[in-house]
Amino acid sequence: MSSNKVIHAIYNDDDVLMDAVHKTRAAHHHIEEIFTPFPVHGLDKAMGLAPTRLAICAFIYGCIGLTVATTMMNYIMISDWPQDIGGKPSFSYIQNMPAFVPVMFEMTVFFAAHLMVITFYMRSKLWPFKQAENPDVRTTDDHFLMEVSVHDNEAELVKFFEGTGAVEVKVIEKH
Amino acid sequence: MYTFSSKLKTFSFVLMIVGVLGIGYGFLTAPKDIQEVEAILKAEEAAHHGGGHGAATAHEAPAETTTEAHAEPAKNEAEAAVATTEEAHAEPVAKDSATTSHDTTVVAETHAAPAKEEAHTETAAHDTHATAGHDDHKEHLEHVLHQLQNKPWAALYVACLFFMLIALGALAFYAIQQVAQAGWSPVLFRVMQGITAYLLPGSIILFILLLLSGLHFNHLFVWMADGVTDPKSANYDHLIAGKAGYLNFPFWIIRAAIFIFGWNLYRYLSRKNCLAQDEATDNSFYKKNFKMSAAFLVFFIVSESIMSWDWIMSVDPHWFSTLFGWYVFASFFVSGITAISMVTLYLKSKGYLENVNSSHIHDLSKFMFGISVFWTYLWFSQFMLIWYSNIPEEVTYFKTRIEDFNLPFFGAVAMNFIFPFLVLINTDFKRISWIIVMAGIVILFGHYVDFFNMIMPATVGDQWFIGIPEISAILFFFGLFIFVVFNALTKAPLVPKRNPFIEESKHFHY
Repeated sequence: MSSNKVIHAIYNDDDVLMDAVHKTRAAHHHIEEIFTPFPVHGLDKAMGLAPTRLAICAFIYGCIGLTVATTMMNYIMISDWPQDIGGKPSFSYIQNMPAFVPVMFEMTVFFAAHLMVITFYMRSKLWPFKQAENPDVRTTDDHFLMEVSVHDNEAELVKFFEGTGAVEVKVIEKH
Repeated sequence: MYTFSSKLKTFSFVLMIVGVLGIGYGFLTAPKDIQEVEAILKAEEAAHHGGGHGAATAHEAPAETTTEAHAEPAKNEAEAAVATTEEAHAEPVAKDSATTSHDTTVVAETHAAPAKEEAHTETAAHDTHATAGHDDHKEHLEHVLHQLQNKPWAALYVACLFFMLIALGALAFYAIQQVAQAGWSPVLFRVMQGITAYLLPGSIILFILLLLSGLHFNHLFVWMADGVTDPKSANYDHLIAGKAGYLNFPFWIIRAAIFIFGWNLYRYLSRKNCLAQDEATDNSFYKKNFKMSAAFLVFFIVSESIMSWDWIMSVDPHWFSTLFGWYVFASFFVSGITAISMVTLYLKSKGYLENVNSSHIHDLSKFMFGISVFWTYLWFSQFMLIWYSNIPEEVTYFKTRIEDFNLPFFGAVAMNFIFPFLVLINTDFKRISWIIVMAGIVILFGHYVDFFNMIMPATVGDQWFIGIPEISAILFFFGLFIFVVFNALTKAPLVPKRNPFIEESKHFHY
């Protein structure tokens, strides 16, 4: 079975990598994954990755935070025990709202920020004792690695990637 | 080179002519004397209730009954007035202490607000309490007369100030871009210089208006009235007299002249150097502009702060707020950025700005969004601190605004915060022209209303209305603004040639 064989094309320059990505896409080879030591500007666009929806999540989380803050303070300060504290009007939420705004703001930011970060961890499968998935230790330092799956066209692919400026092209059996 | 389209030119002239006619109408229809005011009030009453005069005033200040009665003319003068006039009608200072002596603070506060404005003219009437009813009525009429006479002046003043400050906001933004050595904005420098060209005519008209105020053509500034600083005068105001070292006409007008001169000098020299840089062989003019912009920003922030006390806060000379300068700054800064964005979009749509791409527009939109939120932060900080502590002499400022200006006061927050926040938070929307134009129009109207809220409550009070004088003043200055700005844009190429950052700016991509 050739289906779990992959090519590891290794580059040592992000411009060469970008160029190789464009060529690979043009040749219709499916890029499985790219490992880089730092964010390469425009790589996601070159690979044709869908834009992230994390910002939309954050907006929704912020709305939830605002709702939590409003509901909480309305219950505590207005419904449950509307005391007269220093003459502040506690007859309705709107009357005393300026005093609640700092809490509403902070809760909105808190929910938006933390829930978005947790969403990011979950979507990118990151946690403290996670096994690192690094195919080559050099990719965390100064090398860039493109992984492309092989379908009976091993020799052709190796030749193709050697032509894209790769410093190293390996065929790996994936488990 | 940009050519001023004849349609736009005609449009600006039409705006100016309509504006002038409307402004003239506003001045002609302002009441001349007490009799006219009485007739106006009678007509209003008839329209509202058909009831007595007292009913009309009770309608203006609902829920306040007993203590408020002394401010009402004619009706309840006998019992209620005797009890309260003694302490409350003495002098402004005594008024504040009287405020605390009442157990119903709310009622007393509302009293302090209108009385404050009355103080400069009608203290004479206070002395004769025996005939309180008749005098109070007369006093009320005189008070309304001053408010109605102020109306066309205040309408002109707000619009004049607003458009002048848009140009000043754009100038501050321009200086910041120079000093920050921003790589994205040099393709917009000529647009910004076009907008700041309005600063000169705008500030000259404003200066004339300030002079006319000082020459007693109007009552916009209470502290300028005759006798307020003279202990023997019936108009004597102890609080204003205490501030006379700062709030006196010569010092005030000299400050205004210095600020206007300083801003215009920077605008003139910066433009001159920018054009000289186009023809230069080295970067010396660019460096000159850099240093000058840094110096201007220091001068600007000091002069802006003082300007906001002088021209805006001093219409309420009994009130003060420490973050007021920043608040005013945020308001016209975001208006200036919005103006830059909208002029850019207009020129781009006409095909004059080939180097401006959606990333430049995106950056401007981010500034519109961010500074709108910044304005809100300051608006709320000022409001909440005063609301929370509720100290009578400070809170009257918001008391009058919430009671008499409820819709403009909170409407400004909706227009300047909620709408741009929800619309411009989306990255894709920040690149779509019609969405930015729509948000920009709302922001500009919102900040006009913001300045309206700052000036009107102290000058026309509950007699405010956005009618012919107000709209005409906006139209006139809008027409003048379009004419001056687009005329200035024709004077130089729209892309600076030798700016060190121009290449980066042309290829700016976000």
